[in-house]
This record gives sequence, structure tokens and C-alpha cells, in this order.
Amino acid sequence: MSNRKSKNSNLLHGECISQVQRTLRERFCHQTPHSNLFGVQVQYKHLIELLKRTALHGESNSVLIVGPRGSGKTTLINHSLKELMEIEEVSENVLQVYLNGLLQINDKIALKEITRQLHLENVVGDKVFGSFAENFSFLLEALKKGDRTSSCPVIFILDEFDLFAHHKNQTLLYNLFDISQSAQTPIAVVGLTCRLDILELLEKRVKSRFSHRQIHLMNSFGFPQYVKIFKEQLSLPVEFSDKLFSEKWNENIQSLSEDKSVQDVLLKHFNVSKDLRSLHMLSMVALNRVTVSHPFLTAADLMEAAQLCSMDSKANVVHGLSVLEICLIIAMKHLNDIYEEEPFNFQMVYNEFQKFVQRKAHSVYNFEKPVVMKAFEHLQQLELIKPVERTSVNSQREYQLMKLLLDNTQIMNALQKYPNCPTDVRQWATSSLSWL
Amino acid sequence: MASYNTRQKTRKIYSWVGRPLLDRKLCHQTYKEISVKIKGCSTQTHIQVGQFVLIEGEDDQNPYVAKLIELFEDDSEPRSRKCARVQWFIRFCEVAPCKQHLLGRKPDAQEIFWYDYPACDDNISIETIIGPVRVVALAPDGVIPMDLKNEKTFFVKLSWNEKKFRPLSPELFAEFDKLQGDIPKGQKPRAKNAESPSWHTAENVVKRIESRHSASKSCQISIHSAMPTARKKLDLGSSGFPRTPDAKISQQTSGASLDSPRKTKRKTTFSETTSHSKRPQSDGIKTSSPALKSPEKTGEVGLFCVDDKKESPEYHRILRTRLPAVKTTEISETNLTPTRGGRRSSEVPCVDLKPEYIKKREAKEPEAQNVAASTSHRIRRKSSLITLSRIRQQLRFLENNKNDQEEKEFLSAAEDSDSSSEDEEPFALAHQRRNPCRTSRNLQPFLAPSVQTPSKTPKKALKPRTPQSVTAKIRSRSLATPEPASVLEEARLRLHVSAVPESLPCREQEFQDIYNFVESKLLDQTGGCMYISGVPGTGKTATVHEVIRCLQQAAQTNDVPPFQYIEVNGMKLTEPHQVYVQILEKLTGQKATATHAAALLAKRFCNRRSSQETTVLLVDELDLLWTHKQDVMYNLFDWPTHKEARLVVLTIANTMDLPERIMMNRVSSRLGLTRMSFQPYTHSQLQQILVSRLKHLKAFEDDAIQLVARKVAALSGDARRCLDICRRATEICEFSHQKQHSPSLVTVAHLMEAVDEMFSSSYITAIKNSSVLEQGFLRAILAEFHRSGLEEATFQQIYSQHVALCRMEGLPYPTMSETMAVCSRLGSCRLLLVEPSRNDLLLRVRLNVSPDDVLYALKEE
Repeated sequence: MSNRKSKNSNLLHGECISQVQRTLRERFCHQTPHSNLFGVQVQYKHLIELLKRTALHGESNSVLIVGPRGSGKTTLINHSLKELMEIEEVSENVLQVYLNGLLQINDKIALKEITRQLHLENVVGDKVFGSFAENFSFLLEALKKGDRTSSCPVIFILDEFDLFAHHKNQTLLYNLFDISQSAQTPIAVVGLTCRLDILELLEKRVKSRFSHRQIHLMNSFGFPQYVKIFKEQLSLPVEFSDKLFSEKWNENIQSLSEDKSVQDVLLKHFNVSKDLRSLHMLSMVALNRVTVSHPFLTAADLMEAAQLCSMDSKANVVHGLSVLEICLIIAMKHLNDIYEEEPFNFQMVYNEFQKFVQRKAHSVYNFEKPVVMKAFEHLQQLELIKPVERTSVNSQREYQLMKLLLDNTQIMNALQKYPNCPTDVRQWATSSLSWL
Repeated sequence: MASYNTRQKTRKIYSWVGRPLLDRKLCHQTYKEISVKIKGCSTQTHIQVGQFVLIEGEDDQNPYVAKLIELFEDDSEPRSRKCARVQWFIRFCEVAPCKQHLLGRKPDAQEIFWYDYPACDDNISIETIIGPVRVVALAPDGVIPMDLKNEKTFFVKLSWNEKKFRPLSPELFAEFDKLQGDIPKGQKPRAKNAESPSWHTAENVVKRIESRHSASKSCQISIHSAMPTARKKLDLGSSGFPRTPDAKISQQTSGASLDSPRKTKRKTTFSETTSHSKRPQSDGIKTSSPALKSPEKTGEVGLFCVDDKKESPEYHRILRTRLPAVKTTEISETNLTPTRGGRRSSEVPCVDLKPEYIKKREAKEPEAQNVAASTSHRIRRKSSLITLSRIRQQLRFLENNKNDQEEKEFLSAAEDSDSSSEDEEPFALAHQRRNPCRTSRNLQPFLAPSVQTPSKTPKKALKPRTPQSVTAKIRSRSLATPEPASVLEEARLRLHVSAVPESLPCREQEFQDIYNFVESKLLDQTGGCMYISGVPGTGKTATVHEVIRCLQQAAQTNDVPPFQYIEVNGMKLTEPHQVYVQILEKLTGQKATATHAAALLAKRFCNRRSSQETTVLLVDELDLLWTHKQDVMYNLFDWPTHKEARLVVLTIANTMDLPERIMMNRVSSRLGLTRMSFQPYTHSQLQQILVSRLKHLKAFEDDAIQLVARKVAALSGDARRCLDICRRATEICEFSHQKQHSPSLVTVAHLMEAVDEMFSSSYITAIKNSSVLEQGFLRAILAEFHRSGLEEATFQQIYSQHVALCRMEGLPYPTMSETMAVCSRLGSCRLLLVEPSRNDLLLRVRLNVSPDDVLYALKEE
């Protein structure tokens, strides 16, 4: 009886856990307009006012939202559009066009997309259209026809705006900005970019037509706010089905955010990157450790997650190498020390290795040259070493010049953690002269 | 005048008389005679080819008059249909009111005019024929004989070709005479017809039903095609009716019968105009046929569908075919609309020809017309390119003397006539006349639905053929824009770059120079080039527009000769050679490929022509017209040098030395030395511009205006910047005063904030807001640069420097992966310039900001 009961509650628990994971993962992975905005209220106000004026008064505008990756540009515009669309007079009154510089790689594709999103294509069809030029003049004509008071405003959102600046002659940008600066259909051009030098990319007449409004998103919050964001992002929403569980969960998160070790982890993370996406990454890794038997996040989970996030990927690769390969890397390190970062070839490395083996013949097996060559090539495949020039067919592989893509500190760190490393090798690594 | 109760149509059965004659070329069968039999009545009416008939139209008092030219079975569609080709006659009331005065006298009641207009659609459906009528040709000064003065006879004296009335040509007379001679033979059917029940005895028929192949059908079909559920209902509704073997016609009439009780707005207005005798009829239907009443109750949708059914089944077929929707409607429409409101080319062939040419032309006309007419309907029937080309050959063969271009134009007219008809409302209205059957025009969801309202008074405003046929626009907004509520909003409106000021201050001198240049060229009737340069935002284009506006006003008051103005913009072209296409299209409305357009333009500008007005061409962003061979620029500057071209070219670009820098000698030499340079605005000019825009509007402090003028003048002298800053400042002002609810002035502080927002570099704030590690990395870069004395370092060097720095400060040093991530992050926002990351440790890093700025930003804390 009691057994079944506990099983039942386990089942219930399990459902809760999976629901928690789903809710939070959705929050971390999708840029839903439902997630909260942090510390960008001023920018938000600016943008929403601007869009409202376009939507209600038919005033044309252009604006760029600039900020590093993960600073919430898309979230900002999504929030603004959502709020804009909730206004009754606006929702029926505005057309939106989304373009992405990674998708619309030239003006031709961009025009097609604009035509499609403005639902002009059923007029267009393949009846009068064919060429890019006709398409273009058609669209311009269409936009030119309107005026401030009677036409439906169009909001253009150009994601990865900087890529549009690489289009030929910047024709699209010129025309969009030109429309926004002349008495035609009211449009708002919103560009999203992470490049701070975006204005330098614009041609002078394009630049002159741009209104020079920029909204900067700079992650300008401090650490206390960062902890608060962490707390808010991990807390369950009020509308969570199991109230009891969500209360417990939120209490746990609250105490977690006040925990010293957690704060240390967060501070370290904050020091590396302020971007919220990396915080999401950290939380997600920690969240994966939550199971039925381990229903609440602990400080240890976070610490482990942080370790995972900050791990050096190359050191990990080195851990998986054979002793021979480690020896070769050490030989390369010595060559680098001796010749001051000059490139080396296989023969040099092999000689260096031979010297070591002759000294310590009792502890290291003397491999055949082809075996060593194979190990060397494996290192090249792992991209721990890189040829200086492109591999040509006729060049002899032994004499091809290579460079090591590992730093000394990385090698030493990796070696310390390397399992079952022979002491001689370790000694050899610390000093090339140790055999003396 | 009798009212031809066209809508009291009973079940008419149309059947061919005689054996079909196969038209080999077009693969359809033609007939000589058709018989119309009224259901429930033994009388038959025979109508032969060559006879005159009445055809259903909008106005049932005055049905259209036409002469049958050909009867044929149209089997280009899945279900064959009886069709006829006619030569239209036009009533005086159908002539465009603005042109009625051309007749110069009062027309007789029964007078009609030979409609000499090849571009009108002469293909009709047999079902629209009401019955035969008699038409008598008279000399232009002939008096209408009294004995024939009844309603059944019409008189032709003149022909009308949309431009002027002309006497009938002798050939036509001969034709009429022949017909007159035939009358005894042809009179038989007509005499029968006089008492025939088709419209007189129709009143005795029990099921007298108001039928109308009405305009409303157009919407109905589109509704139908849009609603599959409606179709279901339709089947239910129609299943209750008896199906005669001739299902098509019975359905048609049964559908029509249902149509009558339905009282839409349009219908009611219609019945008011018709004679009173009709009133009891509809009542009669209501009482006598309760079966018919029930569908009425099923509501509008059901009625629509049933009503739809009568539109002969092929409609549905058409709609169901796999053709794209646009095509479908095109075909169906062309098949069914005997649109007389034809396509008129924008440049109608010159009317004032030499006398002998007129004669020749007139002699030719009927034939040419026939050919043209048949062409158009053949195109429709086949609507395939093969036929088109065949017809083109045939045409060429028949009308060798007609020049090529005209013919092409005509063919293209036939091709896109339907698309052109649908864009604009007035055109669509004109198109609606002579439309006994209409089909859907679901092409344009954006356009006003009022297309469907038939014009009560048949306007003769025939649509001009517009080759730039499909014009789209962004749909209009549903809500009106609110008026500016406050002073600041008003100011913002006026400060928007798009707001066009009444005058352009500070450009008076330039304005005068350009005006004088263009005016002198206009007065001298010569051509010339002018090159205008200046940095962006100095009012080049605005000034030229202003000049053109003034000149156009002057042209209206006849101060200067009229001229044609064309504008092209290099930035609005996809490719330099497209400029020819645009110029040609704006000049003549023709569409052509770039090479063809170039040839046509060269022909136009280089050949000697008689009277023609000057063309003023504005080429904006000239530098984008540069090609390797420079042929575009060469042509643009070469044309004005021809004496007959009368072309004035105004070119605008940004750089002053463009002609010397990028043009070949032969191009720059043709451009000439008429140059003008727009200097950047000085601060006082900018101030004046702002003041003139804000006339009588106290929104800014005077100091604030002066400040912004000076700031911008120092930076670029770009008027757009100036206006944008002011606009932003009003927003800031509004925002800061939101709580106080007091109207306020924009102060210097607001403007400073706006200026800072727009011009301050974001690099320093970006560095200040970057994470500790990122700042450390920047520091390491500076240290490495300092160490090496170079402005570039590899990632590895910087990393070791970074580790050393961290050791010094006793911080835990970051791993390589973390540092790499930091580096690429800084690279993505262009604080650093980095190589692609595949170089890994060896990638080279540079600063994109000055080291001093970095130091300044890092020191702040």
C-alpha cells in the first residue's frame, strides 16, 4: 500500500520534473517575447514610441539596434512588436516585413521576399514579372504610390543588418531609407546588428538618408543584477500547475542565489562574459542534472556546470592521446623553445624524439619511424599541428613545415592531468635538458 | 421608345441551323445561321450572319446594337459554347459625354454610329443576343424617312472612332445596300420577330423571369471559388429543379429565376428604372412559385451559388482547371466579355493625316478591322503562343503597309488588355459596359470592391491602354492618421525630411541658375546637359524638383513651351542599362528590353521629327550609371547634341570631379562644361532652413536652433542630419516633460542629448560595458603592441601576455577556449579586427579603435 503510494507520488514527481525542464528549456532556447527584458527599459521605450508613431501617425523612421551578440536585440524588437500589435488601432493597420541578412543574401532574393510578405505576389504572379529589374521597379512603384495619411505603414525588420550593407551598391538600403525620408508609404526600417562600426559600412548617400538613430544594447548591468537575472530565469512561473512544487523550487532557487559558492561561480562566469546566452547555457547544463531522485538544483550542480562550460577543449583532446603522441608534442614544444616559434618538420621532431629515447631507453619503447610518422599524422588530423603551407602532392611529408597549435601552458596543464604518464616523460616535458 | 425587356428572358434555346463550316486555321466550326426558340412557344427566330441584332447590355432601355459577322462554336474550353463575333454600333448616349459635342448637331433618337474602333472586344456569347433589328444606312445629310420611324429600325449616318465622327465609307454603304436588298429574305425572320414572343409576348409566359447576366456575377464567382462549402449548398439548391435534356439552358434560366426575387441594392435601383409592368411580375413570381421562394430564404450565400449556376457550367470548369488562378480568369473573361471599351493605345495613330491617306485608310479599314478583330478573338480562344505568332505572320501578310510597330503594339494590347483593365477603378468601370457576361476578377484583393458597381450612365471614357498595366500599392490603412496634437508633434511633422517646404531657402542662386538653363533650352527648343554635384543632403534633387515644378506651372500659363519631364535614379536601377528601359517606359509607355529600348530611344532622339515637345531628363546618382564601356553615359550625353532631340539632361552626383575622374574624354566632352556645385550648408543657412520650417511655431529655443545648426555645419553640412537631430530632440523633450503635462520648448540640453546620441562613438561605452575578461584581453593586446611595437599580434602572443598579466594581479587565468571566445566576441562587434578563426592560435589581431580610446575607457573605473 505504502509502496504504491510512494510509486504514485514518484510518478507525479516525475511529471513535475519533466514539466520544469520543459518550461525552463523553452525559456532558455527560444527568444520568446514572453521572456522578460532586463535593464533595457529606456531603449525599449525609445523603440516602442518610434514604432507607434509610424503605426499611428504614419511617420517614417529608421533606426538601428546595435549590441553585441546575446545582448537581447531580437528580444527587444519582438517585445516591442508584440506590444505594438496589442494596441487595437495598430494591429490591423501595420504590415511587417522580416528580412535576415543570412537568408536574403542579395537584393534579388530580398525583393522576392518583400513582395511575398507584402502579399503583392498575387498581383505580380509570373504575369508581368520576370526580371529582377521589373520586380524592383514594381515594388518601388508600389511603395511610392502611398502617402503618409492614407497608406498602411510597413515595418521592415532587417536582421543581421551589416550583411545588407555588403549587397551590390546597397541598392536595397538606399531605397528603403529613401522611402523613409520622402513622402511615400510610411515605413519604419529597424536594423539589428552587432557591429559597432555599422555606420562606416554605409555608403555616404545611404548614410545621409539614414536618420542616425541608434539604440545601443550593451549588457550594461552589474553583478547584483546578474544574480537577480539568474534567479528570475530559473524561477518557475506563477501559472505552473503544481503549486506546491513550484513554491519549493523557487525557494530553493532563492537560497541558491544567496549561496556563497554559487555566487562565486556566477561571478566567474560574469567576469568571462556578460552575455545572457552564456548564462542560459550554464543554467541549462545544471538543469540537466535534475532528476526524480535529485529534484532540486544544488550548488554542486552549478559548479560542475561551470567547470564544463569553461573547460579547455584542446586540453581535453590531449588527454586522449597516446604516450607516443604526447612525446611528439613535447618534442615539438622543445623545438619551439629552441627555435623561437619557427616552424618545424617531421624529421626534426623525430630526431628530438630519438635523442630522448636513446637517453631513456629503459623506460620508453623505441618505435619504428613509420609508426612515429603515423602518430604525427594523427596529430595533424586532430589539428593540434598545422602545416604552414598548403599540402601539395609532391612534397615529402617528412619535410613539410608545421606549426604547433598548443600553447606551453596548455601542454603543461594537460600533462599534469594525463593519466599514467611515465615520470621520465613528465620530467622531459619540464626541461629539455633533464637528461643531462 | 420601347423598353426591350431583356431581363424578361424566358427559356431560349439556341441551336445552329445548317451544316457547320470548319475553319481549318482555327479548328472551330462556323455557322451561317442560328435559330432562337423560346421554350413553351412554337415560334422560332432565325438570325443569319450579316444581320443586325440587339445585344444585352447594362441599360435595358437601350440594348447594344451590332451586326453579326460570324457565328461559331467555341470548343477551346472543355465544354463548347456558342459564340458570335459582331461589329458594334454605338448609340449617341454611349459616346463619352465629353466627346458628344463633336457631332455638332442633335442626334436623332434612332441614330446609331458605326463603331470604328478595332481595339474593342467583339466576341460575345450567343446567349446575350436579344433578337434581330433593322439598320438602315443613310447619307450623312440624309433625312430619316418617316415611314420607318419605329423603334425597330436604326439609322447609320456616321462612324465613330473614339476621336471624331466621319461619314461612312462607300464600301460600307455598298454593304448596307446589299443587306437592304436582302431584306425581303431577311425580313421573314424579322417580321416574325416583330410579333415574336421574345419580348412582346413574353408577358404571357407564366415564368417570366427577370434574368440578368449581371455584373454581380463577377463577385459571385469569386465568392464561389473561395468557398467550397458554398458549392455544396448550390448542389442542394439546384437539385430540386427539373432537369431538361438541355441542362445547360434550363439551369441557366432556373438560376435566373432565382435571381429575380433577390433584391440587392443594385437590383432595386434597376427595377425602378424599368417600366411599371415589371413590378407585378416579380410579385407574381413570389406568389406563383413558392418553390422558388424557399431558396430565397436560405440566405444570401445560397442564392449566390444558385445564381452562379446559371453562368453556364464551363465557368466552374474553368475555375477548377489546373491553370493558375490569374490565367483562368483571364481566359474566361476574354471569352465572355464583348468589351467594346477597348484598349486604346496611349498614342492613338495620328488623326490629322493627309487626305489621300485617309481615303486609303478608310478603304482599308473594314478589312483591317476584321482582321484585327478576328485576331483578338483568336488569341483569346487559343491563348497560345503558337497562334499568336501565326496571327502575327498573317497580319504582316495582310497589312504590309502598316508599320511594324503599330502592329506589335496592337498585339501586345490584345495580350495584356485584360490585366490592364483590372487595375484601376475607372478603367474597370469603362470596361464594364458591353459586358453581358462577366466573370470573376479575383485578382486584386487590394482594390476597392466598388469595381462591381455598374455605371448607370454608360460612360464612353474608354480606358487607355496602359502597358505598365499592373500597378500595385500597399493596401491603405483602415484608420485615419490622427492630427498632430501638440506643438511638438506639429514641429516633428514639419521637421521630417519628407515634408516638402513651400520654398527652398538658401538655394535661390542655384535655383535661378538651373531654372534659367532649362528655360533657355525650352525656349530655344534645343537640348543640353548640366552636371550638378554636391555632398549628400545639400538639396540637389530638391532644387531640381522645385525648378521643374515652377517650369510646369509656367508651361501651364504658356510662358514656356510645354515639356515632358522624366526622372531616373541610378540607385533605383538594378543595372546601368536598365536606364533605357525606364526612360522609354516613362516617355512612351512601351516596355522593351534594354538593348531594344536603347535602339528605340536612339531612333527617337536622333531622327528628324516634326513637332514634338522638349524632354527634360533628370538623372540622379549618375555615378552608378558607369559601365566599363561607358556606353550608357555616352548615349545620355550624346542625344542632347542632336538638334532634333530637344532633350535637356540634368545629371546629379556627389563628387565634383566625377567627369574627370571616371569618364572617358569623349563622354566628358559631351557632358560639356555646364556644371554646378552645391556647397554644404553653412550654419546660418541651416539655421534659416530650420526657422523657415518652423515658421509660426514656437517649439525650439533660438539658441537651440543655432546650436544644432553650428554642430551640423561643423560636421557635414547635411540638412537631413540637422532635421533628424531636431526631430529627435523634440522626442527627448516630450519624453522628459511627459509627467508635467506642460507644453515646453526644446532646450539646448535636449538638443545636446540628441546630438550626443547620434554622433558619439559607441566604442567607448561598449568597452566600458564589456566583461572583466574582455577588458583584460584588450589590456593584453595593448601590452603586446607596446612590447612588440607593432600594431598587430597573433592570438598566441596576446594570450601569453594575458596570462602574464593575470599572474601579476594574482587572478586565476582563463583557459584558451574562453579567451578564444572572448576574442571572437570582440571581433564580431568590431572592436577588434580578426582573421577567420580557422587560424586558431596563429590568427592575427588588430585593434579597430585607437589605443588611446581603449586606455581611456579602461582607466575610467
